[in-house]
Amino acid sequence: MAKTTAQKKAPRKKAAKPPKNRVAIIAGCRTPFVRAFKEYNGLSPLELSRLAAAELMRRIEMDPKDFDNVFWGTTIPIMRFPNLGREVAIALGNYDAPGQTVMRACSSGSQSLTSGAEHIMMGYSSCALVGGADSISFAPVPYSKKVIDPLQDFGRAKSMGKKLEALRKVPLSGLIPTPPSLTEFSTGYTMGQHGEMMAKINGITREAQDDYAWLTHKRAGEATDDGRLPAELVPVYLPPKFEKVITFDTMIRKNPDRDSLKRLKPVFDRKYGTLTAGNSSPLTDGAAALLIMSEERAKAEGRVPLGYLKAYAYVGIDPFEQLLLGPSYSTPLALDRAHLKLDDMEVIDMHEAFAVQILSNIQKLESEEFAQTKLNRKEPVGKIDMEKFNILGGSVAVGHPFGATGTRQVITALNELNRRKGQYAMVSQCAGGAMGSTLIFERE
Amino acid sequence: MAKEKKDKKTPFTLEKGKDGVAILTFDLPDESVNKLSSWIMTDLQDKMKLIQEDSSLKGIVFISGKPDNFIVGADIDELSSFSSAKEAEELIDKAHNMLNDLEASKMPVVAAIHGPALGGGLEVALACHYRICSRHKKTSLGLPEVQLGLLPAAGGTQRLPRLIGLQAALDMILTGKNIRPKQALKMGLVDEVVFELDLLTAARTAVLKLAAGKLKPQRPAQKSAYQLATDFNTFFKPKKLIDFALESNPLGRHVVFDQASKMVLKKTAGLYPAPAKILETIKIGLENGMKEGLAAEKKAFAELVMSDVSYQLRNIFFATTSLKKETWNITDNVKPKKLNLIGILGGGFMGAGIATVLASKGYYSRIRDIDPVQIGKAYRYAHDFLYKGVKRKYMQKSEYERKIGSITASTDYTGFKKADLVIEAVFEDIDLKHKVIKETEAVVSKNCIFASNTSSIPITDLAKASKRPENFIGMHFFSPVEKMPLLEIIITKKTSPETTATCVELGRAMGKQVIVVNDGTGFYTSRILGPYAREAAFLLMDGVRMEVIDKAAKQLGFPVGPITLLDEVGIDVVYKVGPVMHKAFGERFAPVPAMERLINDKRYGRKNKRGFYNYQAKKKVPDESVYKLFPEIKLREYPKQKIQDRLLYSFMNEAAMCFEDKILFSVRDGDIGAIFGLGFPPLTGGPFRHMDTLKVENVVKKLEGLEKEFGLRFKPAQILIEMSQKGDTFYPQK
Repeated sequence: MAKTTAQKKAPRKKAAKPPKNRVAIIAGCRTPFVRAFKEYNGLSPLELSRLAAAELMRRIEMDPKDFDNVFWGTTIPIMRFPNLGREVAIALGNYDAPGQTVMRACSSGSQSLTSGAEHIMMGYSSCALVGGADSISFAPVPYSKKVIDPLQDFGRAKSMGKKLEALRKVPLSGLIPTPPSLTEFSTGYTMGQHGEMMAKINGITREAQDDYAWLTHKRAGEATDDGRLPAELVPVYLPPKFEKVITFDTMIRKNPDRDSLKRLKPVFDRKYGTLTAGNSSPLTDGAAALLIMSEERAKAEGRVPLGYLKAYAYVGIDPFEQLLLGPSYSTPLALDRAHLKLDDMEVIDMHEAFAVQILSNIQKLESEEFAQTKLNRKEPVGKIDMEKFNILGGSVAVGHPFGATGTRQVITALNELNRRKGQYAMVSQCAGGAMGSTLIFERE
Repeated sequence: MAKEKKDKKTPFTLEKGKDGVAILTFDLPDESVNKLSSWIMTDLQDKMKLIQEDSSLKGIVFISGKPDNFIVGADIDELSSFSSAKEAEELIDKAHNMLNDLEASKMPVVAAIHGPALGGGLEVALACHYRICSRHKKTSLGLPEVQLGLLPAAGGTQRLPRLIGLQAALDMILTGKNIRPKQALKMGLVDEVVFELDLLTAARTAVLKLAAGKLKPQRPAQKSAYQLATDFNTFFKPKKLIDFALESNPLGRHVVFDQASKMVLKKTAGLYPAPAKILETIKIGLENGMKEGLAAEKKAFAELVMSDVSYQLRNIFFATTSLKKETWNITDNVKPKKLNLIGILGGGFMGAGIATVLASKGYYSRIRDIDPVQIGKAYRYAHDFLYKGVKRKYMQKSEYERKIGSITASTDYTGFKKADLVIEAVFEDIDLKHKVIKETEAVVSKNCIFASNTSSIPITDLAKASKRPENFIGMHFFSPVEKMPLLEIIITKKTSPETTATCVELGRAMGKQVIVVNDGTGFYTSRILGPYAREAAFLLMDGVRMEVIDKAAKQLGFPVGPITLLDEVGIDVVYKVGPVMHKAFGERFAPVPAMERLINDKRYGRKNKRGFYNYQAKKKVPDESVYKLFPEIKLREYPKQKIQDRLLYSFMNEAAMCFEDKILFSVRDGDIGAIFGLGFPPLTGGPFRHMDTLKVENVVKKLEGLEKEFGLRFKPAQILIEMSQKGDTFYPQK
């Protein structure tokens, strides 16, 4: 594959005129995140979404019929409701709000926000419900063509003999369903393998990864204990008995133990790898919801928003180099669009696919060489202050339902920005398909 | 007959299609629903004769012109206007003639059903040669005559068992239940189920095919033994063979009738004559043929329609009909408020039940309960009720999702700011209620209505904690809310008409019989329950066994006896209400001293599986250890009549006092409240109807006798004494 460089590309458009209608982020909440196939087993992404969205409406004292648009992120479409976004509107009894399901891999949550924001900025909408959900546990398990074709014949066959004949063609080995895999279509490697490559290229050691994982678990544990994270959560009562209620993210290792992190075996490359279950984000079920509004309407209703959307950027990068390096490209672009510097940020929340991806992106953002060769800038993007970075932990600890993560990050980052009374916050993700996204928010 | 007006516009229109199919549309002018009455049947018969003479026609589609109903039954007003059994027989003759003609029609007649086809409506459809119904939610088929103490007399007892089989027909006619389209198709009650938009097309097609002899309806109950034995599906449903064995011969049918008689006797306690008549009529028809069956049907109907039981059951029907339009002096310009969100305080049995019914009717609710465990239980309550629809396949999963999703809950008051109405269902304790009233008013908007679901504390006393007494009202639901049909709304002198109108409308939307009463301790229902429950306790103290008391009450027509009722309501609840009533009404309501011992023994009733009855065993049996709490009791035989008098008269006397005290706006409300809230025997028509039947002077005499024997608690109400002197009745007599 040809080695493309930033220099050859047309420059990305940096600045736009500030939009007429500023987009206010009113509030958000989410279900606790749990390990796939555990507590939420059997709950559809629609049910999870509805739980988060219905509770959000009540918490912000708003009638569920008062938003006029829905954008919902999800990465594993469910055959029975392919347009999850519209189903969320209908499930809340809001038949008037059109709904759209958006998919930008792990940035789907962010995409739902900016899709809604675009309608508001154009003046086509005054208030949108945005968010996302994924339930790995609910994902359809596909059979291979080898099984499906004879079954089709079985359905069409009219006589008993023909039916039996068709059934006989079903290969026994084919009855083992194909497990959902997170293989990149373009490269043929799994996410984990891409992570392993990045560790080697960027020289990120197992120890550094485990140290970062320890930090994110510790922070998430503290934020759970002191109530900062639980305040964002909707208790989920588990059907059909509704006796057990989930009020915390269940995968956070409180008081993490460095030694036990060290003892974990690598999962993607058992021989030479460094990525473990401890320093990677786990397969997760969950949903998050957020309400956004035009500044005008928010003021008219006397609402105090968490903040306003300032600027954002989505980028695509070379999938054959370092797949998860997107934020290193989208961040400088979004900062330019906002006419701000990395230093201006009080809160930075970067999605943690793997500890190695976080450390690689930090390395690149701080690298002069990267800036010059890849970004066509003289200076590095900026130095990351760990006191402002993933303050309440990130996806490695909290979990990562693909479609909901972006929304979770916005909720957490903006709540923290308000606690700190800072001015700017940034949320970014790397995403499958070699993409990056960065959203910048401001208060007042 | 007064109803028979010759100048009435014909409700039937005939449209002849080019394909030779005649569409006969029934659309009763100036009415929202189609009903059958004498002149309509004459008219229909004439129309049919005309059609038969038209040789250009191939067949007929019979359809309703109403947007959402086929025919809802016979005109009950007409049934109530007969002065003799002979008049009733004449009407039935007319119906039989018309439907026999219809059935004998040479050209095929297809009934196209959308919306309810009930009673006479279904009987018309049964006389047609083919039935198609829409799969719409509103479409249902049934023969509810038994609920009015009658039987289907337009051939229903004869044609139904022949169409769907004996057991299925008995089930439908004896219970009066409604059948949904899908089920109707399965049992052969209809031949096709289609989308409502296809109804007419499907009916036309069926007529043409039937006329051409290309369509032979396949009805499960009409299959021959050979057909059944060779049917592939029989293999999976062996019950079909058993049914066939039972129903195809007199011996087997005898077994079925025998079983059914036993069931009927158990259910009606021999008090309601209709079910037994139904069995008899069907049996005659099956053993001796259609002609004798129809004659038996006519005779049975004439007897039943003139019976006291049917008269009172029809009175209840009329009362509930007039109740739907009642305004309780609220003028037309007062409009009910729109309710976008309803807050519920307390997620217990009551709160959960209210939220469940609200959800099923499309209202949003927000439960507040400090205990998350209770919230989980409330969700489960709603889930168990709402998910039934998905399990039984008459509700889409998405509809379930929407409904269960309309309930949210919290341990604090978030979400209450937007509430338009808050219903309080916390524990029956005035201080606690005052506390939550104040807390709620601090968060809700100033227009928010506050409704208390107290069962005994006067609303005026509760409203003292409120800054906005005009928005304050009582909504007394009965448990379990999704099953109990009554809602008693209690207004104070300060309650605004808008508040009342809003709650009345909500109650009706929740599917309840709504009565409005004035405030007072125990309002109406709890107050009349008091003396009745106390009398049961006195009977127990007099040495009457618990199950004997209950049985005596059931033989009066109460659905459960007073001892069981105490277990259901909760002995602790009744015990807590006692002193409140005592304070308000004096000696008459003095608590039965021994009741305290039950509370000390932690006997609260079914809720903690410890009451008068033992709920640990599989079958509910009286808990003999109760007697150990009362060593002074000497168990003895006691005349049943005496037990019944003591229970019934204490009940009726208190009802009269409620009317005297102007708690009730009308005796109709009193009858409805007693029947639907407390299970007062429906065959009596309610306590006031019953006193009219017994004659007030006799009631007074009986009460005076009881007073002499048992003391002050049977002192007749002043109003009864006055009425007996004037010879007055509660209702105008016919």
